Amino acid sequence: MSYLELLKLASPEAIVLVTALIVLALGLTKSEQIKPAVSLIAALGLAVAAFAVSRLPQHAVLSDGMLVISPLNSLFKVICLVLAFFTIVLARGDRQIRHHGEYLALILFATIGLLLLIGSEELLMIFIGLELTGLSLYVMTAFDHSDLRSAEAGLKYFLFGSMASAFTLFGLSFIYGLTGTTALTGIAHTFNATPIQPLLAAGIVMTLIGFAFKVAAAPFHLWAPDAYQGAPVPTAAFIASGSKVASFVVLGKIVLVGFGSLHGSADWHALVAGWSPVLAVLAALSIILGNLVALVQKNVRRLLAYSAVAHAGYTLLGLIAGGRNGFSATLFYTTIYAITLVGAFGVIALVRRDTGGDDFSNFAGLRARSPLLAGCMAVFMLSLAGLPPLAGFFGKFYLFSAALRSGQNHGLLWLVALSLFGSLISLYYYLTVLKIIFLDDHDASAIPRTSRYDFEARADFLPSLTVVVLAGAVILLGIVPEGLVARILASLT
Amino acid sequence: MMAWTIYLTFVGAALLLFLPRILARWIALTTAVAGFAISLATFLARGADFAHLTTITRIPWVPALGMNYHLAFDGISLTMTLVTGLTAVCAVLFSWHIDERPNEFFFWLLLVVAGSYGVFLSADLFLLFVFYELVIVPKYFLIAIWGSTNKEYGAMKLTLYSFLGGALVFIGILAAYVTAGTLDLPQLASFPFAPSLQSWAFPVLFLGFAILGGVWPLHTWAPTGHVAAPTAGSMLLAGIVMKLGAYGALRVAMNLFPLGLHVWSRWIAVLAVIGIVYAAAVALRQNDLKFVIGYSSVSHMGFVLLGLATANLLGVSGAVLQMFSHGVIGALLFALAGVIYLRTHTRNLNDLAGMHLSRTMPFVAFAFVVASAASMGIPGFSGFAAEITILLGAWKTFPVAVGITGIGMVLVAAFTLRALKRSFFSDDRVLVPQAGPGQSEQAVLVDRITFAEKLGTCLLILATLAAGLYPKLLLDRIMPAVQSMRFLQP
Repeated sequence: MSYLELLKLASPEAIVLVTALIVLALGLTKSEQIKPAVSLIAALGLAVAAFAVSRLPQHAVLSDGMLVISPLNSLFKVICLVLAFFTIVLARGDRQIRHHGEYLALILFATIGLLLLIGSEELLMIFIGLELTGLSLYVMTAFDHSDLRSAEAGLKYFLFGSMASAFTLFGLSFIYGLTGTTALTGIAHTFNATPIQPLLAAGIVMTLIGFAFKVAAAPFHLWAPDAYQGAPVPTAAFIASGSKVASFVVLGKIVLVGFGSLHGSADWHALVAGWSPVLAVLAALSIILGNLVALVQKNVRRLLAYSAVAHAGYTLLGLIAGGRNGFSATLFYTTIYAITLVGAFGVIALVRRDTGGDDFSNFAGLRARSPLLAGCMAVFMLSLAGLPPLAGFFGKFYLFSAALRSGQNHGLLWLVALSLFGSLISLYYYLTVLKIIFLDDHDASAIPRTSRYDFEARADFLPSLTVVVLAGAVILLGIVPEGLVARILASLT
Repeated sequence: MMAWTIYLTFVGAALLLFLPRILARWIALTTAVAGFAISLATFLARGADFAHLTTITRIPWVPALGMNYHLAFDGISLTMTLVTGLTAVCAVLFSWHIDERPNEFFFWLLLVVAGSYGVFLSADLFLLFVFYELVIVPKYFLIAIWGSTNKEYGAMKLTLYSFLGGALVFIGILAAYVTAGTLDLPQLASFPFAPSLQSWAFPVLFLGFAILGGVWPLHTWAPTGHVAAPTAGSMLLAGIVMKLGAYGALRVAMNLFPLGLHVWSRWIAVLAVIGIVYAAAVALRQNDLKFVIGYSSVSHMGFVLLGLATANLLGVSGAVLQMFSHGVIGALLFALAGVIYLRTHTRNLNDLAGMHLSRTMPFVAFAFVVASAASMGIPGFSGFAAEITILLGAWKTFPVAVGITGIGMVLVAAFTLRALKRSFFSDDRVLVPQAGPGQSEQAVLVDRITFAEKLGTCLLILATLAAGLYPKLLLDRIMPAVQSMRFLQP
């Protein structure tokens, strides 16, 4: 294998990296005029990278799975690039971010991490991807110098994150010790004949802990509320979207490919040891805890954080179900969830800019101020609640039908019923947000109407357009989900 | 052509978001009338096959999961779309005065109507469920924004109950789907489900639908929701939304799981009878006119459930007839209550008693007498035809239930007459609290009844009379469809 070939196969990552370096260099200049140009370059870089992904060959495996090109990986690389693109658009309108160049470069570094994470089927590379993403996100979380909560969130995220990484690395070392290989296919081959033994169980559980942290599943979700609330809005959007999608893709590959034979069973009448009961417990805890705690929140971002915990629980259902159908249901759900959350954070960013906060009171009377944003927020909230004709509804139907179909005699019915009960609770708090937007009167005195600053007139159009596009996507994916479902299913053969 | 009822209503709703507010009510009216006209034309058309689901359109939707966009109708669906169209037209007519955010109001209203048409015409389980859940959120906004008494509580309660019902239905649908591997209703209706599956899936599915149909003891959303809702909202709830539940119970739960029905039918009958008597008794003690009507709705829907529980031709056909009948009568009663409230700003029977409304609003008084008579089941109105059919059917299977239901009917008559007397024909000399000094009881002046309101009232009265005097028109279409249902097959 020549280096040229390696470069060809890793061209998306390389392009994003070069873009990041250019952006970083441009960010060092003091000139104010260059700021919009930096965002443009970053966005362009992502577009070129997405194009490069589409030029990759169908299948290729490099050095024992360190870099794998497959339809699935390419599809999700594109999805992550698109999500990063929207994050950059959000970052452009955010005035709390001082050093624009550095911030954008961090987004791009995190994106490289996601691409590596998705494109690898080898434990070491996966760990490197996780760390690259994680480290960039920690800094991005603490990026708002003017807000103490941002620093707190960054520190919390960092401490919990490094703890979780340690667990993962420890777990991976056990698995390496047992199998003598770090490639997922090799691991699967070795595990095919082994029964579960204590060392292996410890390895699996510790590996899963790291990913439970990444997707914010209870009880490893403690960083999420602070990060979602305290971080700059684009960071929060990226944590909730890109990072989550990539984590679910990799988690799915690890458990379904690597540990495929150790599936076990989470059926209520036939529990079998394996990783699926572990994930089932995580899912059940997340659904209960996330939904119940979200009920009492008074800040929209915090509410979204707890609802994210619950949604992580729902999404795990597909992996627990296993198989091609279950995995594709999980992938579909996490993708539409990411789109929805980026949109919701887009609305939050705009509300925050106009009213200076994102508590419930800041959203009061949004309908009167901006019917368009209010309508889009309604689309996002109702999609999260799982109401038709929005994408969230179809996602849930797909997920739950996959879960119910797996196992014998509707064994996962308990998890499905629990999820539906969770959705019922969630409808209450999503509707509360909408009630505040559509019913409550806007209290002009409560909101310091800050002077509109200069470049807003131009900056206003783009974030609004982004939000509308995302709302349109949520509706469209709800009415004609076939496009995405068929693509995911085809890539999973 | 039937499919256009759905499309037109959606288009009308979408147009409302973009056109100026002056046009709002006219767009809504045009859309509703168009939907009604299409339903009526199809209903009266000769030569159609009412016994089986006649496919209107069928295109693959998500082939990977076996979902089709499949619309179809039979005699039962047509009866339900007819009452949907009628209620929609009247609901728009009775909302003619809405000045606060009219575009949004009619947008949500038309969404409820469009979703309901969709439920009644779906022949694919997933599609049916999509439309069924689509109706939930518009109701919330209709009530929470334009409602009255305790509106946010009523709206949230109604929404959560609907969603709870939806969640149970979801489980039932998934169970049927993953077992049979298809979502097509005609195919599912001939799939041999295992008895063990039926015995647990049927009650889940039936109960889920019946929550929206106002089954005791999960009926409490109905009175509070009705009271909180604006006039048109109550009309839609009583006229259409409660029927969605009953229709789903019949079309999906009973038709898919006949063995489950066999196991559970007596328990449904028990709940139905309790609902009839209990709701009527509660209505007797209410002082808010809308609460009285709200509980009467629950009581009338109890008849529907009783009819369904009989699982014989007469009882089930009567249940469908009662769905139509109560749709019309319930809508009429709520509309009149709304007319009174709009002019007197009170629905308290004690306050109304002092206003001598029969003198100031003779037309409304007349209409209310007619509606009460229809509600009590006086022969000649649709209520009588429907309830007698149900009781004849129930006589074969649950003779005891018929006896107890008799008590319920007496109670219905009692509270209806009480409400009628207190609101229009009271001799009380009590002055209205709001009336200032120097105003005698004669001075309670009210605005004239508008033409739109008169038209709506006449339409509804006409419908209940037509169905009461010539029920054959409806039964000729309902009975063949019921006859071909699975639980009646040997």
